[in-house]
Amino acid sequence: MLLNLELRREPSRSMLYLTPVIAVLLTMIVGAIVFTLIGYDGPGAVREIFLTPVLDTNYWQDLGVKAAPLILIAIGLSVGFRANVWNIGAEGQYIFGALAGTGVALATWGMEGWWILPLMCLAGVIGGMVYAAIPAFLRTRLRVNEILTSLMMTYVAIQLLNYLMRGPWKDPEGFNFPQSRLFTESQTLPYFGDTIVHLGVPLAFLLAIVAWFVMAKSVFGFQIRVVGAAPHAARYGGFNANTTVWMSLLIGGGFAGLAGIFETAGPYGQMVPQFPTGYGFTAIIVAFLGRLQPLGIILAGIILAISYVGGEIAQTTIGLPNAATGIFQAMMLFFLLATDILVRYRLRIVTPAKLERAS
Amino acid sequence: MSKSSKYRLELQGVTKQFPGVLANDQVSFAVQPGEIHALLGENGAGKSTLVKMIYGVMQPDAGSIVWNGEKVHVANPKAARKMGIGMVFQHFSLFEAMTVLENIALGMDGGMSQSELETKIRQVLQHYDLTLDPHRVVSTLSVGERQRIEIVRALLLEPELLIMDEPTSVLTPQEVAQLFDTLRKLSARGCSILYISHKLHEIKELCDGATILRGGQVVGECNPRQETSTSMAEMMIGGNLKQIEKGDSREFGDAKFVVDGLSVEGEGDFGVTLNDISFTVRAGEIFGIAGVAGNGQNELLLALGGEVRASVADTIKLDGKPLGTLGTSLRRYFGLCAVPEERNGHGAVPDFSLSDNAVLTARNRQDMVRWGIINAKTATGYASSVIEEFSVKATGPSATAGSLSGGNLQKFIMGREIMQVPEVLIVSQPTWGVDAGAAAAIHQALVDLADNGSAIVLISQDLDELLAIADELAVINEGSLSKTMSVADASIDEIGLLMGGVHGDPVATEKQTEKRHVA
Amino acid sequence: MNETIFISILMTVVGASTPILLAALGELVVEKSGVLNLGVEGMMLIGAVTGFAVTSVSGSPLLGVLAAMIAGTLAAMIFGYLTLSLTANQVATGLALTIFGIGLSSLVGEGYVGKTVDIFDSIFPAALAEHSFLRVLFGYSPVVYFSIFMTVAVAWFLKSTRPGLILRAVGESDSSAHSIGYSVIGVRYAAVAFGGAMAGIAGCYYSLVLTPMWAEQLTAGRGWIALALVVFAAWRPGRLLLGAYLFGAVMTFELHAKAAGFSLVAPEFLAAMPYLATILVLALISLRKSSGSQAPASLAKPFKPST
Repeated sequence: MLLNLELRREPSRSMLYLTPVIAVLLTMIVGAIVFTLIGYDGPGAVREIFLTPVLDTNYWQDLGVKAAPLILIAIGLSVGFRANVWNIGAEGQYIFGALAGTGVALATWGMEGWWILPLMCLAGVIGGMVYAAIPAFLRTRLRVNEILTSLMMTYVAIQLLNYLMRGPWKDPEGFNFPQSRLFTESQTLPYFGDTIVHLGVPLAFLLAIVAWFVMAKSVFGFQIRVVGAAPHAARYGGFNANTTVWMSLLIGGGFAGLAGIFETAGPYGQMVPQFPTGYGFTAIIVAFLGRLQPLGIILAGIILAISYVGGEIAQTTIGLPNAATGIFQAMMLFFLLATDILVRYRLRIVTPAKLERAS
Repeated sequence: MSKSSKYRLELQGVTKQFPGVLANDQVSFAVQPGEIHALLGENGAGKSTLVKMIYGVMQPDAGSIVWNGEKVHVANPKAARKMGIGMVFQHFSLFEAMTVLENIALGMDGGMSQSELETKIRQVLQHYDLTLDPHRVVSTLSVGERQRIEIVRALLLEPELLIMDEPTSVLTPQEVAQLFDTLRKLSARGCSILYISHKLHEIKELCDGATILRGGQVVGECNPRQETSTSMAEMMIGGNLKQIEKGDSREFGDAKFVVDGLSVEGEGDFGVTLNDISFTVRAGEIFGIAGVAGNGQNELLLALGGEVRASVADTIKLDGKPLGTLGTSLRRYFGLCAVPEERNGHGAVPDFSLSDNAVLTARNRQDMVRWGIINAKTATGYASSVIEEFSVKATGPSATAGSLSGGNLQKFIMGREIMQVPEVLIVSQPTWGVDAGAAAAIHQALVDLADNGSAIVLISQDLDELLAIADELAVINEGSLSKTMSVADASIDEIGLLMGGVHGDPVATEKQTEKRHVA
Repeated sequence: MNETIFISILMTVVGASTPILLAALGELVVEKSGVLNLGVEGMMLIGAVTGFAVTSVSGSPLLGVLAAMIAGTLAAMIFGYLTLSLTANQVATGLALTIFGIGLSSLVGEGYVGKTVDIFDSIFPAALAEHSFLRVLFGYSPVVYFSIFMTVAVAWFLKSTRPGLILRAVGESDSSAHSIGYSVIGVRYAAVAFGGAMAGIAGCYYSLVLTPMWAEQLTAGRGWIALALVVFAAWRPGRLLLGAYLFGAVMTFELHAKAAGFSLVAPEFLAAMPYLATILVLALISLRKSSGSQAPASLAKPFKPST
């Protein structure tokens, strides 16, 4: 018996939505086996990572809080990925946006007013955009590949963060710890009741829905899709490729920057050197797992949030190393990319008898 | 197994199935040693698939290939070459950034040293009176020279059968004559030639026998010398050819579309620079632009359509309005539409539905957008009417462009532009790779649009097409446009020479190109 | 005295350059075959941790290097299977490989943090290897000589051998290569495997020679610099060598500036220098060339033959 791949006449829509589910299921199965083989409690790991956070309602707040930045960043990235603009430096834009917002917070420290928080968020968005503008400029003006530049900028952002925390932005009353002042009440996001859910969480979901509408219905969304699917046809249809590159990088940077300032003005409440936790990279997985569609990204963001929360649970309950989370996340992307072929091809089982007749 | 078979190659009931299409259905025919045998058929008749199986690129699902009396399994092109089968592809299998020598080396299977190979190449070149510099990089060569690489590559193997897939579609008439000389010499030495074409006069001139394919099946065998072009055409197309209805006494209006001194720098390494292009098209007129592929046709289409903008607005005028510096959207707004040569990925997005493809170019002229939001209903409605009006075979406006056959997609694209009632329509190669039925429909649509008073620019490498429907024509060569001729009194010889770039004999053409590359 | 400082700086430069040279050589061959593998960083990390673990268990750095090569190759095969057999997007798959490599290496490396291992002895007699001047030629780890040997070998392979010609042809036009009968997928698998092996050695050079110890993400983005280097070198091995040493010099500058008490600029700025330099260099080379079309024509385009 042989498996044969046969080209479909039209890409399968059902497979487009089914494959992410298959990928997550395969990750759970293969993950359980692999972790058992290397000496951990494999089924336990899968249970703790994927099921406990969902079944135990105590963790739902955590899920929302973790999903919010992932969804925001992934929405921005998905716009670029659809247009074949490979911004993989969202982590840097996330940091730089957060720093810009922090800058506003430190400048307005001690002041009060409703305008401070919106101003910080605006600074976050602009910061992310400015940071993404560098690869955009290099790509459109000098044809420098944005993959490498946006990534290099991430390393630079980390060093900038370290410098600011160690030097100019260090809390003067902070016993020489390299971190910023604690934000004041007018500089932190409001929380819902006594939960850990801050305003950024519903906003992230809301923005995803707005993004869905824009991408699906507007000429702008159409432009992004055409440029990605067929750049020559896009030019023929009157869409400028450079404008598209600029727009997608600025949107990617803006969303990442917003996510950054939401994190600082939310869960962190100040800026610390440990701020970069790789959300900008995980969001790449979220974007793909969500099929680059805003509504899919909401689901994918929740799934990746589950793996983060679950990873922490598994660490305390069954002693699974923290790195396991990353492996599970990478496996999801691997399996998604592997099953992707089912969208365009159909699996056919060929029996040897039939094969012989054919040859 | 008898070795005494009189056939060099014999196909018995060869069948090949692709998803949704039966490309070859029980095909059988035979070729004698030294015979030039034509495989005649329309685009999509299954000729290319068939020869790819003979050359081992694909495997047949059923049937057998008999080579010199023995049933063989051609596992891959390497095996085919070892048996003595050479092939010259329609889309050349060449490597742009490599030298002629490297390209030829890649087609040889033995471990021959570079200098040995070069000596052998020079011998073959001399033997067949061909000129080619082994050390030149392919990207600097003309199309005719590129084809010569493929031919030399095949000849070096001293083949017993040479397969030529549509070899003349990119050559000037003079280059065609030269190619035929080479092929006759080869055949005189006993090499069989399988010659694939849909050009009837060539087959009559060159071939000893012909097999005619239609819809993947053999529909006839004949001796082309004893047939008329019409009788072969009828076998090929299956039915009587529909004549294009074109009024004899056509009246033209005032100058509508004027191009004056248009110069555009070529893009990238391989782009052609357009040099001082000037021509005028009157209302109701079809203006043809002939030329060999790669002489600036693509660049001209991009510049006229607005995908590449000119630096001076006045170089392109529609009814006196300067359009030169505008982009495609604004040019469409003023009534200038264009259809590029490449359908998949340029004229249409293969992965998009037909209604989304309607949005691509018709969104503004057909009122599909309000406040930046696309009205899906209008788009679907427009796509549906194009499908109906132009009898596009598709499951509906939600079918993806990529699922349509070449001819149907071309009809959709042409329809999408024509139904916007453009003042000027620029089309490039509208019937390339399209079956005869669709080609006739497209030609008729162009003629009808002109009759309604639009100006049409038809860029084509197919001289027959230009002579059939254009009113005036000019030839493009290396980015420059010749003087305008009336189709009624143009001579094929003169057009051919202009296509080659000189007024003189083919040898001079050769020298001219040599000089160009040295410089 | 000035000469000794100069020589030790020179030697640090060579040391810092070697891993990016090795990784970039592998990627150069991969890209010449028409494949873009962005997973270099991930493969390096997998190589680094495997090399360290095997050396630490077996006590033999040679075994460690071999294991690192095998681990790098296996990681590359995941990429190869996804992109070549299943035609997955190369950019996304490469990123996935890097994320996977980061996770896997820190999982495997957990037990090795803080440990030390035996390192390579010099292959030359001490008289040469520790000589105050001659050590600039003889005082390196065998891996350094291997990297230079490989540069010459790759250059020769691509330019003068038939398999090299075929590899370039596949990267230039996959469809042409297929139609004259070469196995595009087969050639690309071989190239990807080679790239993985080279990234594996490059990675273990960090854990076995340069530091020598294991720490999470100890390659610190050097895999990405190797990718940039291939662009910088315009896909030519000779220029790759030059470029790698240039980058090595920039990276070494940070170290020596710190040691020399150079305090005009913040140390974070110096740490960011290699990345800034990469961006700058990428921008500069694009300024110089008019079109930048020296990349293999089929780079990063998936290939699926119809049969």
